[in-house]
Amino acid sequence: MTAALEASPAQRVMARFARHRLALWGGLAVMLLCAAALFAPIVAPHDPVALDTSRRFLAPFQDWRFVLGTDELGRDTLSRLLHGGRISLTVGLVAMATTILTGAVIGILAGYLGGIADTLLMRFVDTMLCFPQVFLLLVVAAFIPPTLLSISLIIGLTSWMEVARIVRAEILHLKEQDFVTAARALGASPFRIMAVELAPNALAPILVAATLKVASAVLIESYISYLGYGVQPPLASWGNMLTNAQGYFDTLPWLAILPGAMITITVLGFNFLGDGLRDALDPRLRMDP
Amino acid sequence: MIPYILRRIAQAIPLLVGVSLIGFGLMHLAPGGPLAVYTLNPTITAQDIERIRIIFGLDQPIHVQYLKWASGMFSGNWGYTFFGGRPVLDVILERLPATLILMGSALSLAIVLGLSVGTLGAVRRYSVFDALATTGAVFALSFPTFWFGLMAIYVFAVQLRWLPSGGMFELGNEGDPLDLLRHLILPTMVLALVLTAQWSRYARSAFLEVLGQDFLRTARAKGLTQQQRLWRHAFPNAAKPLIALLGIELPLLFSGALVTETIFAWPGMGRLFVDALTMKEYPILMGMIMFTAIFVIVGNLLADIAIALIDPRVRMGA
Repeated sequence: MTAALEASPAQRVMARFARHRLALWGGLAVMLLCAAALFAPIVAPHDPVALDTSRRFLAPFQDWRFVLGTDELGRDTLSRLLHGGRISLTVGLVAMATTILTGAVIGILAGYLGGIADTLLMRFVDTMLCFPQVFLLLVVAAFIPPTLLSISLIIGLTSWMEVARIVRAEILHLKEQDFVTAARALGASPFRIMAVELAPNALAPILVAATLKVASAVLIESYISYLGYGVQPPLASWGNMLTNAQGYFDTLPWLAILPGAMITITVLGFNFLGDGLRDALDPRLRMDP
Repeated sequence: MIPYILRRIAQAIPLLVGVSLIGFGLMHLAPGGPLAVYTLNPTITAQDIERIRIIFGLDQPIHVQYLKWASGMFSGNWGYTFFGGRPVLDVILERLPATLILMGSALSLAIVLGLSVGTLGAVRRYSVFDALATTGAVFALSFPTFWFGLMAIYVFAVQLRWLPSGGMFELGNEGDPLDLLRHLILPTMVLALVLTAQWSRYARSAFLEVLGQDFLRTARAKGLTQQQRLWRHAFPNAAKPLIALLGIELPLLFSGALVTETIFAWPGMGRLFVDALTMKEYPILMGMIMFTAIFVIVGNLLADIAIALIDPRVRMGA
């Protein structure tokens, strides 16, 4: 007990995180996936778009040069999975950044300004939440030509509402604290109070939300790619690899199993990591009260 | 009770206005705007388009256009489809029953399973069962729905041949309830997976919250059995956040139904939406967006009224 009291806040957070074993596994998975995505061009044994119809539909472990087999155009599955991961994680991270930025700005403004600004912004949040995200996403995705950036932005701009609510609640609590009064007494401008005093103190819930949002963005990217409005071939993404595989999957199920498993591992990794961070950083937000 | 309901309805009105503004904005964002179908048709001249613009009132100021459109929506005139010129609302309502059957069966399954798992987990907190259930829920939430669906088709339809891989009825069997049931099993399973996980998580935390309350300690001190405490005291209190979840979950349910219906060729609204997307049927797309949003607003309203019915604190208080 005394040891726990003497530990610095950072050490206590680390200790709480380490106790969450699944979060450690999640963190490990995320690190491995990020490394694989980062070094995909070096690690991948083949060019992910190189066609060779003489070696179509190789099964996994049938030929050591194509460890995970090949698809209907003879492209190496392992290389495509690695490069697809690059795409999926990029979309996940950019969408998350958009989500967090939009959500945090709206949450901080609403929470700090209060009054009519708060009412208007929160009504906007409520309104956006009335639309089923996939519907909204697909309509906008169908309107503009899909690029990596546009897909990420669309995902980000349709999923920031929860973040705004979480941040607003945090700010409402923070702005009553003495350090904000002190800053105001020192003559700090509202902008300075929001950006320098309030935002850094709301970092814990934002970090948790950010981790969980990468997971949902990766999942959503795979949905819209699967439906054909996401990342366009020949660029490989896990979602459009699944779409391809669907045509052969009653005879060649591994073509569908592999990209699906990668999506699941990635989403699971980020979800466990986020749950662990939530328990470690902010015990108040825990799933079990 | 009545004042509460009226107040709650009054709160829904700005939401409806907001939803209609976004819907109207999206319609004008569409490439080619509301006239896309005519400008793409080579047999229609520029003069014709000008005439159509005037007929449709598109030459009028934007706020006049909005008011006309909004009052049209209000009176059930949701526009006409590009291909075939059928009323949009009719096309959507035609697909509603199939979606409601699928959503209803998935939701019932998820509520029964999720409530049991979550309640048991809360009562036996930190047991092996609880650990497995909470971890399992995160797994279920991390599966891409369509992938789970494809795997389910592979195992149960392709390999085992127990169940059909898609559709609602076998050819010539339309309207046969047993056939419908057989076709319903796989999509229900797939759609219910995520919902069950959510329900078990919410039920667990709702019950844990209630189980720590003073009135349950009092009930225990009075000598009530665990069964009595759970059903008479804990359950009605834990039910509140769960009814709220019903309302919150509606958008997710529609999104899930869209993906599930696509995999299983289920002839519901989700499928209509995906088909309309490929055919660039903007009136249907916009109609669907508005329809689902209104559905969600009404669903949340009903959930809130139900909560007020079981909890006098809600209808009396703020």
